[in-house]
Amino acid sequence: MTHAQEHNSHTKLIWKVFAILSVITIVEVALGIIKPDALYLTKILGTSPLNIIFLVLTVVKAYYITWFFMHMADEKKNLRRAVVWTSVFLIIFLATLLLIEGSYINDVLGPLTKWNY
Amino acid sequence: MEVTIPTENNGTSWKGGNEKPLGASYGKMMMWFFILSDALTFSGFLGAYGLMRFKFHDSWPIADEVFTHFPFLHGFHAPMYYVALMTFILIFSSVTMVLAVDAGHQMNKKKVTFYMLLTILGGAIFLGSQAWEWKNFINGTYGAVKLNDGKIIQFVDATGEQISLESFVKPLHSERTQHTANKGLWFVEEAELPPFTLNEVVESFKANPGISIRTELINPETKAKTIIPHSEAMGFLNEAKSVVMGANLRENEYGKTLFANFFFFITGFHGFHVLSGVIINIIIFFNVIIGTYERRGHYEMVEKVGLYWHFVDLVWVFVFTFFYLV
Repeated sequence: MTHAQEHNSHTKLIWKVFAILSVITIVEVALGIIKPDALYLTKILGTSPLNIIFLVLTVVKAYYITWFFMHMADEKKNLRRAVVWTSVFLIIFLATLLLIEGSYINDVLGPLTKWNY
Repeated sequence: MEVTIPTENNGTSWKGGNEKPLGASYGKMMMWFFILSDALTFSGFLGAYGLMRFKFHDSWPIADEVFTHFPFLHGFHAPMYYVALMTFILIFSSVTMVLAVDAGHQMNKKKVTFYMLLTILGGAIFLGSQAWEWKNFINGTYGAVKLNDGKIIQFVDATGEQISLESFVKPLHSERTQHTANKGLWFVEEAELPPFTLNEVVESFKANPGISIRTELINPETKAKTIIPHSEAMGFLNEAKSVVMGANLRENEYGKTLFANFFFFITGFHGFHVLSGVIINIIIFFNVIIGTYERRGHYEMVEKVGLYWHFVDLVWVFVFTFFYLV
């Protein structure tokens, strides 16, 4: 069991990543509760700036979990690419098509929905 | 990492020998590819949710108005706090998991045991929290009225705050014949009785000029549900079909039934992942205690279950964003 000495503890890094994830979550929750009008009621890229912020923060969190908790950073480049690129490409592909379809249905269906009685 | 029996491999062996093209053991690599496929499954579900959400973009329930409970704070409007707490529990159990993996690298059996135990506890607490969240969602908060075409009408006071049915509905005396098998259709079960009849709700609404109703339609300017003045409300209530309390797969007092369906399905599927993660963690926890990995010479099994556990956390990060934040 000579390899036991090869690994030095990453405890410090782990707590640092935990701090980063916590701060991001707190920021998300605070924004979600306050919902500042300037971010919530304005529109950018088809949605509110607040939603864009949430999405970006979520991806940042996903990055920290995958890279440092799941030790993706220590894997070989080939394995990393096989997993990360595949998922990123397919998820973006799927989400784009579905969301475009969804808003198309909304455009067609919305005016036909009765809201006055 | 691994203790393998040295075999002769000249590079032509069909069995593959000790070559590891991706630098990871078979089990770890396969865990990664399982996670990849599971990630695609979840994105399929979340994608379908996104499709329906965009489809009903103008009338989707607002999450802040749905999940407002916090333990021991009755009647206190606490959007997001509880789900934020759940997120912290899961992130923290991820931290203890990665600490267990780290201790495994140092062959520190005591520490691995301790951190595995904390991880299992975290997972169990998360599952309990989710059950509580489901309970509140299923029981409902305010109650609403469903129209003939399935739309949901909620009640608001003069300030536009939603009010519960109990706060204004007065019971009326009425006789009611219970449905039994020998009266009419024997195979029809009697529907569950709501605490108030539709007639009581409508009559009490008429008697209270101070209250009004709210439709599902979202005003794009204010991103709030449209409030109908009391004078025009009867047009809606004449179409009323039933009183809805809480949410289930057939109806949902907060708005679209689809919201409840996706909520139950996706958080349920995630909760099932957490449950299986906890079970696998428990198995490995006992393996650690009896010294299986100590004898094997490495704690890679802890690392593999750790990958799965972090993935469950990762999925929750996305579920949290798409169900509660966006």
